Amino acid sequence: MGSSAIATVRDMGMMGKFLYLSILGLFKRPFRFMALIKEIRIIGANSIAVIFFTGAFAGMVLGLQGYYTLRKFGSEGMLGSAVALSLIRELGPVLTALMVTGRAGSAMCAELGIMRITEQVDALECMAIDPFRYLIAPKFLATLISVPLLTLIFDVVGIYGGYLAGSVLLDVNPGSYFGGMQQSVDNQDINLGIIKSFVFAVLIVWISTGRGFFVHKIRAAGFGAESVSKVTTQAVVITSIAILIWDYLITALML
Amino acid sequence: MSEQIVQLINVVKTFTSGSGKQQRVLDEVNLTIPTGKTTVIAGGSGQGKSVTLKLMLGLMKPDSGLVMVDGKNITKMGHRELNDIRTNFGVLFQGAALFDSLTVFENVALPLRERTSLHQKDIEARVMETLKQIDLVGHEDKFPAQLSGGMKKRVGLARALQLEPKIILFDEPTTGLDPVKTMEIYRLFFKTQNQFGYTSIIVSHDIPRIFNLADQLVILRAGKMKKFNSFEEIQCSDDPETRSFVRTTMGNIYQSKQMEAEQ
Repeated sequence: MGSSAIATVRDMGMMGKFLYLSILGLFKRPFRFMALIKEIRIIGANSIAVIFFTGAFAGMVLGLQGYYTLRKFGSEGMLGSAVALSLIRELGPVLTALMVTGRAGSAMCAELGIMRITEQVDALECMAIDPFRYLIAPKFLATLISVPLLTLIFDVVGIYGGYLAGSVLLDVNPGSYFGGMQQSVDNQDINLGIIKSFVFAVLIVWISTGRGFFVHKIRAAGFGAESVSKVTTQAVVITSIAILIWDYLITALML
Repeated sequence: MSEQIVQLINVVKTFTSGSGKQQRVLDEVNLTIPTGKTTVIAGGSGQGKSVTLKLMLGLMKPDSGLVMVDGKNITKMGHRELNDIRTNFGVLFQGAALFDSLTVFENVALPLRERTSLHQKDIEARVMETLKQIDLVGHEDKFPAQLSGGMKKRVGLARALQLEPKIILFDEPTTGLDPVKTMEIYRLFFKTQNQFGYTSIIVSHDIPRIFNLADQLVILRAGKMKKFNSFEEIQCSDDPETRSFVRTTMGNIYQSKQMEAEQ
């Protein structure tokens, strides 16, 4: 009981220091521009298809559910604003972040974990190459750039998904779908969504790379290949929970 | 440069095992590494050989005692100072620790790209020169996963040599290699040490062959280090622990008169 409390506090300290060193690593020179491009491709560009499909179907489900709920009150015309607001404020940032966690976060964690257990991180340190600048910084920046952009794609695709379900397949007037949206969505909603996506991006890259980087220090994970698999699972679970907790906190603070 | 490039003074290092048991891997260990010479550290598995190397690099901190590199105590150093100290070292890791997403060429070029301001052309020339020395021309576009164990070690050595370090640490350079490949690594080691004049510290349990390379021998056993100046000194030692080490590791390969008399 006592020892697990100590281990938890130590773990949190370790992760805090990791975030600090990662941010320092962003400002160290020489900056690895080509590595950043490569990471944006892996984290961002390769996620577009997944984001497209989840966005489209999330929007369609919203359109469908929203239509039958709103019809009870005779206000199907509000469908556009209902879909847009829930996507921009909540579902867009949260679902995008969860998809990126599953796709790219797990990959980053496993990659760093394997580099650690095969002494590749030690080798970098021995060559006096800062692993935070060399390995973490490109991933950090790439996630910060990719996640908000993916969120925007998710929102737009989702809104058209809602349009497809509500106006094309059902009988909501397209003019009222988009017109209602224009009236009800304001800058504050969009800002909220963008702030969320930035915070989620930090959570994803911080927890995923941090758990992988410190795989050898997480005693409960065991050793070798098994430790990498356990830590990767752990990273995805912790990131997903953290995203939902922070989603609530940011919403509560900003609304 | 001083005569002792690396010194461990009263170093203690303890590990806690999974069941919470404390194990003293190094128990007030003293060791001096003479500049430009070859020191071999031998000992059974889990006796703290790799730990000793990690302490010298500052990858681990001792519980107590001092680790001096080039006259400076590295145990209290910050990140930046440690990085300066580490430029003195080249390391050949046990599993070679090549970057598996980079090709052989990129692996060898990495220290030059990251630590020097050389132009791409000069880097290319230098890397190809080294690859030629270690007989790996034609393999430069392969990835580490496509290489054999011996080739990986050679690439690891090439990478360690790029920045012309003063000290090279070899962590089990021949483990997992057949006798022919082992001799190949030793030959390469001789060739490069003559060329670059580095101090080498070899951790190995390739006993007794590895002793032929050594200017100084250290046997690590139960947390203590014992120093010898030659192979013969080990074999003729009167110390019962050393004798049992010789007997278990070298078996009947060598029979001194003393041993025959004993039997």
